[in-house]
Amino acid sequence: MLRFLFASLGLAGAMLAATSLAQPDTASTGGDPFGSYQWPDLKHEFLGRGPVEFDARVKVLAPAFAEDPMNVPITVLADGLRDVEMIAVLVDRNPIRKVLEYFPVVSLPRVSFRFKLEQASPVRAAVKTRDGVWHVGGTLVDSGGGGCTAAGETRRDGSWVRTLGDLNARVFPHSVAVAGADTGTRVRLRVMHPMDTGLVSGIPAFYVNHLSLRDEAGRELVKINTFEPVSENPVFSFDFAEQPKGRLQLVGSDNNGNRIGGPVE
Amino acid sequence: MTRLLSITLLLVVACARPVFVIAQPAMADAVALEYHLSARAVAPGVFVVEGANADFSVANGCNIINTGFIVTGAGVVVVNTGPSRRYGEQLRALIGRTTREPVVRVVHLNLHPDYFLGNQAFADVPRAATSTTRAGMQREVKAFEANLYRLCGEWMRGTEALLPDTFAAPGVEHVGTHEIELVELRGHTGSDLVLIDRGSGVAFVGGLAFSRRIPTTPHAQLDAWQASLNDLDARRLRMLVSSHGVVSADTAALALTQRYLAWIDAAFRAAAERGDDMNDVLRLPVPDEFRQWAAFETEYTRNVANLYPRYEQTVLKPRR
Repeated sequence: MLRFLFASLGLAGAMLAATSLAQPDTASTGGDPFGSYQWPDLKHEFLGRGPVEFDARVKVLAPAFAEDPMNVPITVLADGLRDVEMIAVLVDRNPIRKVLEYFPVVSLPRVSFRFKLEQASPVRAAVKTRDGVWHVGGTLVDSGGGGCTAAGETRRDGSWVRTLGDLNARVFPHSVAVAGADTGTRVRLRVMHPMDTGLVSGIPAFYVNHLSLRDEAGRELVKINTFEPVSENPVFSFDFAEQPKGRLQLVGSDNNGNRIGGPVE
Repeated sequence: MTRLLSITLLLVVACARPVFVIAQPAMADAVALEYHLSARAVAPGVFVVEGANADFSVANGCNIINTGFIVTGAGVVVVNTGPSRRYGEQLRALIGRTTREPVVRVVHLNLHPDYFLGNQAFADVPRAATSTTRAGMQREVKAFEANLYRLCGEWMRGTEALLPDTFAAPGVEHVGTHEIELVELRGHTGSDLVLIDRGSGVAFVGGLAFSRRIPTTPHAQLDAWQASLNDLDARRLRMLVSSHGVVSADTAALALTQRYLAWIDAAFRAAAERGDDMNDVLRLPVPDEFRQWAAFETEYTRNVANLYPRYEQTVLKPRR
């Protein structure tokens, strides 16, 4: 019934249902600003026992609606927080709710990429600081649905076989960073991979699960763990306050053990 | 009477609002599911039926299209059939109230859903589209139906796609007293048909030109689109009827669309060179002129989703 209501009211409906129409009681939603009944469970499953705060310093940028539910752009900015250990991106109403874990080892606490959205949902970033506190921010994204349960383009036409693991990358030394934030050096990269969720009949889960950006000496600059909902042929953007020196290298793998990597310059 | 009322409404709204907001001849009634379509003569025998200059919504019944028809003396040629069965039926009734001539043909200018989902009301007449357009409709119709049902619900009840059954051939044809030319261009979609009433110089240009409305781009190829606009420009037409946006008695929509596409092309290219992510591009400072056009909030977001990945990809260098 709720699903039907969403469908017929579209964007306005989704916003209303999430904020006022459903009139969530705080006991059932754990005081979630989006009034999502999934929140207490999501928190329990992914954030454990650590203290959790809703924090306006964690900004999540996304369009209000998913024009292409297979490729919803998301940007997380946690510039206001110090000592960020990890940024986890979680989607309440996705069948697979954890999307990505980003460890800004020497980079700024910002990350942009695209993901698959199955239906209208809050999209959250939980940012863990060194003191063990989770700082949570988010935004609502409406969707016509179907992002996780449809096969990607290169899976449908079979072309993924020819491009698997190909890396496209570029360093932008003086990029004007995200939405007015400070200038920095941005690294953008794309890894060709079908990123199958395992939720399409007859296609087992097949996805990049780990990426690590390293400098010439092999020192890790950025680490990411990626999960099934990250988009096909994912594109990532990372920002650095200062341009990392020397020739950068991407090293990674998928869940079938294929090695991924190459130079980033 | 309705006509008078609509003129009054138009004046009231024109006075009360900034000029870029254009009142519709009549508002759709979402309770009675009545579109209140009206036909406006723009040349002898040439009528336009104007939709809301907006995005799809329940309030407008997903009627955001300007359809039209030409009363030729040897029957009526209909240009596009609207977003739903109900629209098709109300359009057919409107034609019946406007002329005694029978409908002899329907022409679809491209594959988009509101160009043909009214076809059930025209099941008894030949419905023409190019082969590319027909193939595209066939490929995407299920998604189109699902999306419009989602967006407009009850308005869509009973709507099932009825595809074109004849192929439109480019060239000039005499129909009654009218000389009708079909030109196949592309760029807004893979096949964009333009229907020109040669006697009056009125051209139904489909989605090639948008008139004070942000262009839709799910099937767009900007280079080809810009070339098509140049082609239309050279034809010295008297008046364009765009499928979406304001219908005015001139060809201003051509230059508006050219400016917008040129801006998108330059801005997206520069953004990609700077290393912008899609969310940065969504927040670019878009010139005021374009921000004031209808459907900016939703359609620009779609433009970015549809078009930016190509620009992005050209600057990310292959590494292996």
